[in-house]
Amino acid sequence: MTISPRLTVSAASLALALLAPAAQAQTAWVSNEKDNTISVIDLETMEVTDTLEVGKRPRGIIFNKDKSLLYICASDSDTVQVMDVETRKIIADLPSGEDPEQFALHPNDRFLYIANEDDALATVVDVKTGEVVKQIDVGVEPEGMAVSPDGKLAVNTSETTNMVHWIDVEKQELIDNTLVGQRPRHAEFTADGTKLWVSAEIGGTVSVIDVATRQVEHELDFHIRGMQPDRIQPVGIQITGDGKTAFVALGPSNHVAVVDTASMEVKDYLLVGRRVWHMAFTEDEKMLLTTNGISGDVSVINVPELRVEKSIKVGRFPWGIRVR
Amino acid sequence: MLRNLLQAVTATCLLCLPGLSQATLSIPLAYLKLETESAPVLSNILPEPEDAGLQGVQLAISDSNTTGRFLKHEYRLESAAADSVAALITQAQSWLEEGIHYFVLDMPAAGLREFAAHFADEPVLLFNAGSRDTGLRSRDCPANTLHTRPSDAMLADALGQWYVSRKQKNWFLISGSRAQDNGFADALRRTAKRYGITLVADKAWTFDTDLRRTAAQEMPAFTRADDYDAVVVADVAGDFGEYVLHNTWLPRPVAGTQGLMPLAWHRSVEQWGAAQLQKRFEEQAGRWMNSADYAAWAAVRSVAEAVTRTNSAEPGGVLDYLMSDDFELAGFKGRKLSYRRWNGQLRQPVPLVHPRALVAQAPLDGFLHPETELDTLGLEQRESDCALFVR
Repeated sequence: MTISPRLTVSAASLALALLAPAAQAQTAWVSNEKDNTISVIDLETMEVTDTLEVGKRPRGIIFNKDKSLLYICASDSDTVQVMDVETRKIIADLPSGEDPEQFALHPNDRFLYIANEDDALATVVDVKTGEVVKQIDVGVEPEGMAVSPDGKLAVNTSETTNMVHWIDVEKQELIDNTLVGQRPRHAEFTADGTKLWVSAEIGGTVSVIDVATRQVEHELDFHIRGMQPDRIQPVGIQITGDGKTAFVALGPSNHVAVVDTASMEVKDYLLVGRRVWHMAFTEDEKMLLTTNGISGDVSVINVPELRVEKSIKVGRFPWGIRVR
Repeated sequence: MLRNLLQAVTATCLLCLPGLSQATLSIPLAYLKLETESAPVLSNILPEPEDAGLQGVQLAISDSNTTGRFLKHEYRLESAAADSVAALITQAQSWLEEGIHYFVLDMPAAGLREFAAHFADEPVLLFNAGSRDTGLRSRDCPANTLHTRPSDAMLADALGQWYVSRKQKNWFLISGSRAQDNGFADALRRTAKRYGITLVADKAWTFDTDLRRTAAQEMPAFTRADDYDAVVVADVAGDFGEYVLHNTWLPRPVAGTQGLMPLAWHRSVEQWGAAQLQKRFEEQAGRWMNSADYAAWAAVRSVAEAVTRTNSAEPGGVLDYLMSDDFELAGFKGRKLSYRRWNGQLRQPVPLVHPRALVAQAPLDGFLHPETELDTLGLEQRESDCALFVR
């Protein structure tokens, strides 16, 4: 079959037409741990436009690939809920193992890797069949979860065991462990998949691990003038797509550290709300949003200018945040 | 009389990993409890659980084995309780000969001194998880001994910080007559001096009335004074203290061993991941975790953290690591815990609680210290004659 040039053009305009809804304002979705709700923020007006009732103690949230579905760890309901983003209704409950806290979605859009905090387990769920594929023994209080961009490795951090556990995705088996600082919280791969950044909340450090050797190759320390070192407790990590800048949320120090990844030096500390937890970029990476547990708000950071521009009140104990 | 509280718990290597071919490293520990006759108290509603302390050790062993299985480290526990220190020493001696070097001790100060003196020249590491006695941390400084239980001085300072931050600096102190009461009352007096708190009264409770029936008559008269901001009670066993609340001459809060209490641990502590520890504990023990459990838990977790990081179970190396700047323990209190080198005391935040809620957690904002804010609680190095592990 041949395609005439005219048809090509119209196909292109059709594609544009289809894209049009995506051009509507981006929204940030925030889980409120102590309110059992999700707040939806319109990023054009910077206002909360909707508050959605969900399961008990919602923490980790994540969109599927085309962002039509939102997966929600409803920790105290012992389930992962699936929300249809269009209708904003919960359409399914996935088995999750007990007390799901954080999770990661495999690039295949099918496997959810879920940390079961109370059970020292990682549960792998197939979102298509709604079934548990595998449960893998990990350390005490599994927390952070991430899947490598190539989809070959899943990693989990365990808060009391103080390790990163490496899981071979093909075999769904644990293959190695790397000791890191006290109470590791969050794990984040760089976009090229060569490094894994892991925050240690009580250790006060971020370990940068070489994925090939699974050895810690750099350990970042944070120092804020006038701040007692024990209040500096790294949790969330976000790294720009070009890999040049990393942002580290420092918990009760109420600051976000900006790290230049080439020199591995902290170039700035930005004051945000109280007990800053997790973060998300907008799609163009011009804005970074943080959840602030104690002040119950979201801070908006202007990324090019490294300036905190606004805070938006959400529910009680905002925890996870994602942008679509 | 000596009895074994449990058979040795042997954890199996649940997950023998490829690439880790070294032999399993075994780390045996022992828990020893001196059974003391508890004095009769007026209020007999809530007795201390019999397995207080032991359950904390068991949970720490199980937490450590979950980590250990990835490293081929295997923690084992022996435990014994007896009504004489001599019997515990004999038991510990034979365990030492079998290769146990770590002993978690739950006994009053006098017993601990005797026990530690016996093992002063042995390759052991002792953890005091039971006694709050300030003298152990300031004068006696028993050899090879670390203290995971907060001292009376730390607890009293936590309370002092609360009242100073509320600008309520006039206390009416009532103390019982038992040794532990005196210890805590002395600590409260030290705190008062340190923070400029005025003791408008400092009275000993010596009556032997059955207050369950007469508290309403006795207590108002006993607490009569022009004014005070709080009634502070030193009644560790919970004898008369339970009857002070709501029976004071002036309508004032009660704090200390009753009312608003500074403790090492309480069910209401749930921030900083503590909810998970509480859940694990309740599942195992079928009851709430208390201060004795927490101190015992922290002792085993300290050893395990050192073994994990150094890959050695040799007590000298473990002690060196515990006293180094590298050691930090995640103790579910929002700050990293470490040991004071001069007296072996575990630095730790102190929750201030009432029976159903956490009120605050010391150190409170505004109490500063050049080293760490945690050192605003308890004895400073200059207040202590000890120089145990100062190199």
